[in-house]
Amino acid sequence: MAFAFGRTDVNGYKMMSAPLFALFALMTAVAALAVLWPLSRSRVLKGEREADLAVYRDQLAEIDRDRDGGRLPPEQAEAARTEVARRMLAADAARVADAGSKKGGDSRRRAAAVMALVIVPLFGAGLYLYLGTPDLPGAPLAERLAAPADRGDVAILVRKVEDHLAQNPNDGAGFEVLAPIYLRLGRFDDAARAYAQAIRLQGPTALRYSALGEVLVMAANGIVTADALKAFQDAAKLDPTEPRASYFLGLAAEQDGRDADAAAIWSAMVAGAPADAPYLPLLKVALARVEGKDKSGAAAQAGAGPAPGPSAADVANAANMSTGDRNVMIRGMVQKLQDRLTAEPGDLDGWLRLARAYKVLGDTDKAKGALASARTAFAGKTDALARIDAAAKDLGLGG
Amino acid sequence: MIAELGQYALALALALSILQVLLPAWGAAKGDAVLMGTAAPLAFALMGFVTFAFAALIQLYVTSDFTVVNVVENSHSQMPLIYRITSTWGNHEGSMLLWVFVLALFGALVAAFGGNLPDRLKAHVLAVQGLIALAFLSFILLTSNPFLRLAPPPAEGRDLNPILQDPGLAIHPPLLYLGYVGLSVSFAFAVAALIEGRIDAAWARWVRPWTLAAWVFLTLGIAMGSYWAYYELGWGGWWFWDPVENASLMPWLAATALLHSAVVMEKRDALKVWTILLAILAFSLSLVGTFLVRSGVLTSVHAFATDPARGVFILGILTFFIAGGLALFAFRASELKQGGLFAPVSREGALVFNNLFLTAATAAVLVGTLYPLALEAFTGAKITVGPPYFNLAFGGLMLPLVCAMPFGPLLAWKRGDLLGVAQRLMLAAGLAVVAAVVTAAAVTGGPVLAPLAVGLAVFIMLGALTDLAERAGLGRVRAKVALARLAGVPRSAYGTAIAHFGVGVCLLGIACEASWSQEKIAAMTVGDQLVIGSRDLTLERMENRTGPNYRARSAVFSIRHQGEPEGRIDASRRIFASRQMATTEAGIRTFGFSQLYVSMGEETQDGHVSVRATFKPNVTLIWLGAVVMAFGGMLSLLDRRLRIGVPKPARSRVAAVPAE
Repeated sequence: MAFAFGRTDVNGYKMMSAPLFALFALMTAVAALAVLWPLSRSRVLKGEREADLAVYRDQLAEIDRDRDGGRLPPEQAEAARTEVARRMLAADAARVADAGSKKGGDSRRRAAAVMALVIVPLFGAGLYLYLGTPDLPGAPLAERLAAPADRGDVAILVRKVEDHLAQNPNDGAGFEVLAPIYLRLGRFDDAARAYAQAIRLQGPTALRYSALGEVLVMAANGIVTADALKAFQDAAKLDPTEPRASYFLGLAAEQDGRDADAAAIWSAMVAGAPADAPYLPLLKVALARVEGKDKSGAAAQAGAGPAPGPSAADVANAANMSTGDRNVMIRGMVQKLQDRLTAEPGDLDGWLRLARAYKVLGDTDKAKGALASARTAFAGKTDALARIDAAAKDLGLGG
Repeated sequence: MIAELGQYALALALALSILQVLLPAWGAAKGDAVLMGTAAPLAFALMGFVTFAFAALIQLYVTSDFTVVNVVENSHSQMPLIYRITSTWGNHEGSMLLWVFVLALFGALVAAFGGNLPDRLKAHVLAVQGLIALAFLSFILLTSNPFLRLAPPPAEGRDLNPILQDPGLAIHPPLLYLGYVGLSVSFAFAVAALIEGRIDAAWARWVRPWTLAAWVFLTLGIAMGSYWAYYELGWGGWWFWDPVENASLMPWLAATALLHSAVVMEKRDALKVWTILLAILAFSLSLVGTFLVRSGVLTSVHAFATDPARGVFILGILTFFIAGGLALFAFRASELKQGGLFAPVSREGALVFNNLFLTAATAAVLVGTLYPLALEAFTGAKITVGPPYFNLAFGGLMLPLVCAMPFGPLLAWKRGDLLGVAQRLMLAAGLAVVAAVVTAAAVTGGPVLAPLAVGLAVFIMLGALTDLAERAGLGRVRAKVALARLAGVPRSAYGTAIAHFGVGVCLLGIACEASWSQEKIAAMTVGDQLVIGSRDLTLERMENRTGPNYRARSAVFSIRHQGEPEGRIDASRRIFASRQMATTEAGIRTFGFSQLYVSMGEETQDGHVSVRATFKPNVTLIWLGAVVMAFGGMLSLLDRRLRIGVPKPARSRVAAVPAE
């Protein structure tokens, strides 16, 4: 069984196991006892006078020892004795009244006990609840390695496959299994290496090449690099109908500024695709983008510039991702936009897009913050401010 | 579960440290023996919980529990057990926990062995210790939590910095921290004295063992660090005037000064205010030392800004304890009773001389260390203050100090006879001159002044022995009597002589290493020979080796001395895959006190490997000297006068003496 304990936060209740709770209680009790026990015992004050005199008596004895041993001439010994004796008299005179106040002792003791009983649990448990993670069990590596494989410990599974591949470096199937897992963990470079190994050992196929190319694109933040392009071209050579390779070849054309080529490749794909192909919506978005750019080309050059939205590769990736991964990716892109605008705040459309993105992500405060930044950046410009106000109303963020 | 127990223990330790500040101080203010009596149990409990937390963290490292962020970032499951343990403090969070562990240990030791202290003083000392613990525990828990968890855990850690994967990490930081933190006890005593407004000879006697213990650990810690840098960094230097090293040297210099001024206070009830100030300064410097290294401010002032929470916290702690201590000193020092006056030529006069030069040297090092930082912070200009400055400023201040060193212990208290002391040192001086002349005749090359430095080192060593001989009356009384007297010389006097002897040993090593080292650099292939001094090295073969978490490339040399084979020497480079870093493992062979030091660089395509071979005469004396110094300190610590416990009443003691 488990106790629901203390604080609620975004993650819900922190759960604490019974043995852990019992040990915490025991430790708290020991800590409190460290104060309560000495408070319960009576003690006699050890004053300065006795302690000082003990030291001086010891010094006198030492002088005598040195004199008797012949290590100190008698006249020097006598002088030293006189000096120490003077100190003893001074110590004696100075601290006659050293008696501690006996008054109020009991109430002080009670107050001290209460302080201990308040401070120990308050700070101990308070700090712990702020810092601790009671619901996360410990996991020594040896136990994790020994645990059955169905525990869902992906890192350990990967490590086991890696260990296996280190022993059997020619197991191409192993690399093929590992590569998409690396991809899901965001380890793009490892994924690319694994696909390359799979191609080397299992033989080249269009699917393997296009998978390798896609990983390289992701590693380069959505840019179709020369290596990636080479991989897609190899894939297309083996199977010209491989949709992923075709799509990315189109994207490469778009990124090179050859919008017409991109449109041609994608249009051909749309024409040749089965009606229920899952990638059709994506293709249509991409097509609309390059064709729209053609139409608004003049306007773009006039100053506003095209909206640098997520690249098609980003969208393509997002379509394949789990919800969690997708959120991470989207947040990453929003952050990029935020960073860019912080550096160059003169982009009104950018600010409005940022506000909308935050609103969609449910972060109303940041959305309002983006609008406020926009107002600062465009202070005094009436038409810009009007647009900001309109956007604010549109997003339901007030005036 | 272990991580959470450690976390909770640390939180409870913080709660206890609050009580350790409040209750004893309240008790001392009210003269309430029972309240003051809570100080010792609280100190024990604090140590118990901090020890538990520290042990928990070690356990997490040993079992490679990667649900703990700190373990992930600084450990690798394939490392040998010893490095899995030492990586616990091979990082910021863990080393701060080690710091607090040592602090709690010292608090508990004061509680355990402070039986001879007056209640009020003990309560105040432990309250100040509690305050330091509170500051550091808050720092750890709020900015540097070592028990921060991670889910899901990765399957492998990011490895410990390869330079730290060395037995040195097991010894050097703990020793250094024992030294740094040991000075907190002297600091606590000083603050307690200021609060109570009274200090006297008895105070000095109570503080001295703690200062001495801290000094011994600091000496060993610095020497160990120096030797570690010497063999690990691969180019054979043993002191770099690196800010990190300076950070440990400064508290050492201040502690050395404190040690000597406390003697004056104990014997003559003088130099009291100065001793208090030194105690505050010594701990302040050790705080600065800890933080200079830990805050990252040394690599760049801007590192401070990358983690503002930590940086501001560190500044806060530094300001609070240093400024607080000094402010208390400024307010209260005038109320302390001044001690007696004394003649310049006397033992106490010599100790004042020692203090003057040691503090001036500390200031010189401090300026050289902080000036570049201050300049960078205010103007952005990056400069380095290098060895030339330090050698001149520090060396120039140390020279008169070590020259005067043999005289100090021979001077009598109150009124010394400088001429008489000089006469007694004649033999030592004469032999030193002989040593210098013989050296000059025997060696070729090296600086002209080098034989003089050797002579000075010999003078210091023999001067220390002269002190012992004088105490025994050697030459003045019959040999048997002298021997009996020698046996009766207190251990602290032996300690002084041995520690001073150690300074001479160290100086001899420095002089020889700096003057007569021979170095050869060559690109070698297998079969090539390199002649260095009277030895020649042959590169026998190149080897690949595999360690638990690294691969190594080794060069194996055979050594011949005047044609006779003298075994092998291996130099290697290790490549650590997890961090993509390489370390050099120099090959070192010791012949007598001298060492042959071989390190290898990169290999070229055509099979050449760059090799640097150095023959360092008497280099080990540098560290052996420090060990001798520390041994002297330990001997002094064992002196019966400092032995802990309540002395027996005078009457029975006096009666017991004739019976011995």
